[in-house]
Amino acid sequence: MSSSVEALRPNQRPELANLSDDTILESYRAMKLIRRFEERAEESYMRGFIHGTMHLSIGQEASAVGVVVALRASDTLTSTHRGHGHSIAKGADPALMFAEFFGKQTGYCGGRGGSMHIADVESGNLGANGIVGGGLPIAVGAALSAKMRKSDQVCVCFFGDGASNEGAFHEALNMASIWRLPVVFVCENNKYGMSMDIARSSAVPDIAQRAVSYAMPGISVDGNDVAAVRAVAETAIARARAGEGPSLIECKTYRIRGHSKSDRNFYRTKEEIEEWRGRCPIERLRNEVLGLGRLSADRFDAIDAAIEVEMEVAIEFAKASPNPDPARLTEDVYA
Amino acid sequence: MLDKPKDMINQVRELTYAEAIREAMGQAMEADPTVFILGEDIGTYGGAFGVTGDLIHRFGAERVIDTPIAELGIAGAAVGAALTGMRPILELQFSDFVTLAAEQIVNQAAKIRFMFGGKASVPLVVRMPSGSGTGAAAQHSQSLEAWFGHIPGLKVVQPSTPYDAKGLLLAAIDDPNPVLFFEHKLLYKMKGAVPIEPYRITIGQAVVRRAGTDVTIVGTSIMAVRALAAAEQLAAQGIEAEVIDLRSIRPMDTETIFRSVRKTSRLIVVYEGVKTLGVGAEISAAVAESDAFDFLDAPIMRLGGQEVPLPYNPVLEKAAVPQEDDIVAAALNLLRKDRR
Ligand SMILES: Cc1ncc(C[n+]2csc(CCOP(=O)(O)OP(=O)(O)O)c2C)c(N)n1
Ligand SMILES: [Mg+2]
Repeated sequence: MSSSVEALRPNQRPELANLSDDTILESYRAMKLIRRFEERAEESYMRGFIHGTMHLSIGQEASAVGVVVALRASDTLTSTHRGHGHSIAKGADPALMFAEFFGKQTGYCGGRGGSMHIADVESGNLGANGIVGGGLPIAVGAALSAKMRKSDQVCVCFFGDGASNEGAFHEALNMASIWRLPVVFVCENNKYGMSMDIARSSAVPDIAQRAVSYAMPGISVDGNDVAAVRAVAETAIARARAGEGPSLIECKTYRIRGHSKSDRNFYRTKEEIEEWRGRCPIERLRNEVLGLGRLSADRFDAIDAAIEVEMEVAIEFAKASPNPDPARLTEDVYA
Repeated sequence: MLDKPKDMINQVRELTYAEAIREAMGQAMEADPTVFILGEDIGTYGGAFGVTGDLIHRFGAERVIDTPIAELGIAGAAVGAALTGMRPILELQFSDFVTLAAEQIVNQAAKIRFMFGGKASVPLVVRMPSGSGTGAAAQHSQSLEAWFGHIPGLKVVQPSTPYDAKGLLLAAIDDPNPVLFFEHKLLYKMKGAVPIEPYRITIGQAVVRRAGTDVTIVGTSIMAVRALAAAEQLAAQGIEAEVIDLRSIRPMDTETIFRSVRKTSRLIVVYEGVKTLGVGAEISAAVAESDAFDFLDAPIMRLGGQEVPLPYNPVLEKAAVPQEDDIVAAALNLLRKDRR
């Protein structure tokens, strides 16, 4: 089927030729929504609406979207401290996310979790995580559960390059492999774990190389190319769903913002940041598609305009929402 | 009775709590080539809370070691280095991550000296920022010191002033045994008088921060600071509270507490860790088992963290741990009950 699609679009690279117009627009919309959500969250932070810190994934949208948009609604994922994109790609409501960031009762966690703990277990989002590497064994458990329940669910496990140095990474990959579990490990290698360059923290330059130790496929992909990410994700997801076991995907990408709100960027150069800014995955998709004459600019512009309205409404909802009642502090504490 | 640095003349200036800790590390490293620091983002980044700051520039990357994110591994590496002639200072980025390093600290570091028949020692210091109040939520705000206070073989200290931070850290580095050094995030910017010269504060000694006759308030870490502020409010209402900063929870200076209780006949213990099975339970039991018990005119009162994971919302977060006004209210309540 895909080769016939390629034949239909002979002037396009296969990763893009394989994507329908709808998928392209859906991916564009998801990436743009993540970007604007985070830019508006950043702005809200500056204005004092957000307490605590935040980890922004600006520049990394393609890895979240390329993988998650290829999932079924019934599939699950585990996310990280830098997880806004994973949640939004999985269908989280930005209004409930803003409400959580603002600490409101209406937020995903009732104001108890904040940016680092967005979760929506019912929709398959098993949670962002404040503990680096914390989600890796949980994803193995979710995949074990899917297998035991004889469901065809796949679990996608996101984590960073830094997390791959935790023992939990190695334990998780080994278990997933010996039990042939339906899990797809997605390393978002943005070159740094906080200030630690991967060249200083990892014995091998590509995290994908580590798959060899656990007898699973390992592949590195340009994480700022949503079509390329989608192509490798589809293969890994299909393999997991078919009961053939886990895979490790490494998305090479870059975070444009600092690690958190307190980062002064002493460990990297302005030139490096600027170079990567030029590889914006959102602009790249749009420009490539327009250049091919596949879709007209007004289709993209309409998406952009709708997102602006959605953001405005979401922020107003969050602002107008009530604070949690301190009298209910111990609710949900069962022991 | 009041603890005043003896050598306060001339060489004293104001430092923040974070600067005092950095100064202690720098002086220890200058004096002893076996002292080194390891941890995540402690080099160029200067530490997540800026505590190591410029030490990388002064001592180089071989003695200020940026590690991969691998808490169990780096704790074990510190134990191994300590066992073989080095004096590592391990910085954990948040004290919550000590849960990942706990195996090496609890099963290895704490037990080696005893288990090996007294023929080995582990001169290790583990520094970690703890506590709530920064909106960092449930996995970045805990106060886990009581867990470690339960382990024979570990010393557990919690400085609440820049002066104590420097003196206790230098004592911890000198100590031939593992010391867990719990810093409080909200104290890093607090300023106080700190002598330039190195000095040591004996681990396991509490200090009376304020003398009083009506009620003893024992606080740990930032709660000692809040207790002192609460005592000023109480003084305005004619109540003289004696405030004790415990400083170390293991070993614990119960004698200073007993002495105070014999004088005031009332005791409040205030700490940020979860109330149940915490520092307050230990102090209350110690008093109940001692002759100081006979002097009590009112039940002992514990003010601890609520029985909840720490919430993100700032109002909830404040409500989850004792605040200055809670201490004042507790003291008023205790004295009122007592009069009835
Ligand atoms: C167990 C643990 N160790 C350390 C931290 C502090 N920390 C939070 S994010 C981070 C860097 C993580 O790097 P990486 O996995 O590459 O993810 P990125 O931030 O680059 O997205 C660190 C050190 C933590 N939250 N949990
Ligand atoms: Mg990273």
